[in-house]
Parts: sequence; structure tokens; C-alpha cells
Amino acid sequence: MFGELLLTAGALILLFLGWQLWWNDAIMAGQQSEAASELSAAWAENDRAQREPAATEDPAAAPVDPGEPIVDATEYPNGESFAVMYVPRFNAPETFDSVRNIAEGIGLDVLNSYSQGVGHYPGTAMPGAVGNFAIAAHRSAYGGGMHEIEQLQLGDAIYIQTKDGWYTYRFRDFEYVTPETVDVLSPVPHHPDLQPTDRIITLTSCNPLYSTAERIIAYGVLESWQPGAANPPAEIADAVASWEN
Amino acid sequence: MYGALWRVLPGPWWVRLLIVLVLAAGVVYALFTWVFPWVDLILNPIDVTVEQ
Repeated sequence: MFGELLLTAGALILLFLGWQLWWNDAIMAGQQSEAASELSAAWAENDRAQREPAATEDPAAAPVDPGEPIVDATEYPNGESFAVMYVPRFNAPETFDSVRNIAEGIGLDVLNSYSQGVGHYPGTAMPGAVGNFAIAAHRSAYGGGMHEIEQLQLGDAIYIQTKDGWYTYRFRDFEYVTPETVDVLSPVPHHPDLQPTDRIITLTSCNPLYSTAERIIAYGVLESWQPGAANPPAEIADAVASWEN
Repeated sequence: MYGALWRVLPGPWWVRLLIVLVLAAGVVYALFTWVFPWVDLILNPIDVTVEQ
């Protein structure tokens, strides 16, 4: 009798882990991806509606210098989605499913949300700004917005879309730190006193996989930006088009 | 515990097996739908941020 109870308890614990790490993870990943696709498509549609009908672009025209990136100065309330992240390296094979909403705040209301999953550290820079655009997401369970973070390779694209346009960051390097190392969020990481001149992005998640003992940090640098939410970089046009269906 | 359950079930062995499988499926469904999401809330949250 007692042995049966122990066996049952063991089975329940294994079942819970299976639920948390795979079943619920897969469900949340699907819903987070779906929600981000919808927001991305809505911004694109809104952007197209606002353009003047006469301004049909001549494909042969010389590319226009978009100038300095637009930096959204809005102070978003906690929990509001204001950007979309898309990292092709994070895609499951043959899919464009690594798209996630980025919401203000790093609480569990954002990180464990079925519609968000990536949180923006309050007080850090906004997309495209000089300084450090710092975000966090789960590496395992809860949709795992940064599950494949360790697979990033030098130069991999990290696309950020906002209502204003598309920002292309390029992955630069990793760092492994203790959970208290808040200096990685500084405008110049590890140098809180320095004035920033670069526009960088910082991804934080837990490390090692399935543990929270350390944090894995991925840094990227802004390469370019394109105004207009309906104007994605050409190399991801097929992914963006698939989200609109 | 499980032996007693097996003995109170009616029918030949394959009917009992079928009933047990249906019961187990119901238990797993209830766990996945209501119990595990609740347990998840009261367990220590998985932390992914850098904070002081």
C-alpha cells in the first residue's frame, strides 16, 4: 500500500515535469507565436493604410537613406506589447514560428503570458536607440522564447519590428554571468558610468538549459533599420507574409 | 490499492483493462487541465532575469 503511494507520487512528479517542459511549453509557444504574428500583421496593415496611394514605389529607384532610426519615446505601461522579435535561428525547421511579442516589464505576467513571453527591462533603451535595448525570456518551458539562444552564431539577425518600422540587429557575442550581474543591462555593458555611442541589444535567459543557476547573455549591434511596419527586410519577406494569413 | 480497484471492476479482464485505461486518461486530463497549472503557480517560478 505504502509502496504503491510512493510509486504514484513518483509517476505524478514525472508527469508534471512532462507537462511543464513539453506539453505546456509547446502550447504556449504556439499561442505566443500566433499572438505576435497577429500584432505584426496588424501594424503592417495599419502602415499600408496610412501611406499615400500615389506613393507607389518605383523598384528601380535608388534606395533612400532612411536616416536615423525612429526611437519610440512612449512610456509603455507594464504588460503592454510594443515590439515583435523575430530570430530566424530560433525557428523550428521549415517554419517561421520564432516570432514573439515584446512587452514592457520582466514580471511573470509578461514572461509566463500565453500571448507575450519576452519582456523589456524597464529603464533600458527602446529599439533603435543609442544604448542598450535589454530583453528577457524563458529558455525552457513557458513557450521558451529564447530556447535556442545558445545556437546563435556571429552575425545572426535579430529582427525587431515596432509600429514605426524594422530594426535589424546582428548577434555579436555571449557572456555567462551570475543572476545578480545587472551591469549587463547598462547602456555600455559592465561600464555603468560610460556614455553609450552604440545601439545594442541584450538578450538574457537562464543557463544552463533547465537550470537557473546562471544567466546566458547574448549581445547584438544595430546594423540597419527600415521605416514602415509594412517594410520588412527583403530576406524575411516570406516569413512576414506568412504571418498575415 | 490498485489491486482492490482491479477486484471491484466488473467483467472479464479485457473489459477491466479498458475501464482502467479510460479512468487513467480522465485522471491525466484533469491533471493537465486543472491541477498542473495550479501547482505551477505555487511552485518557485523559473527565473530568467538579471536582478539585484
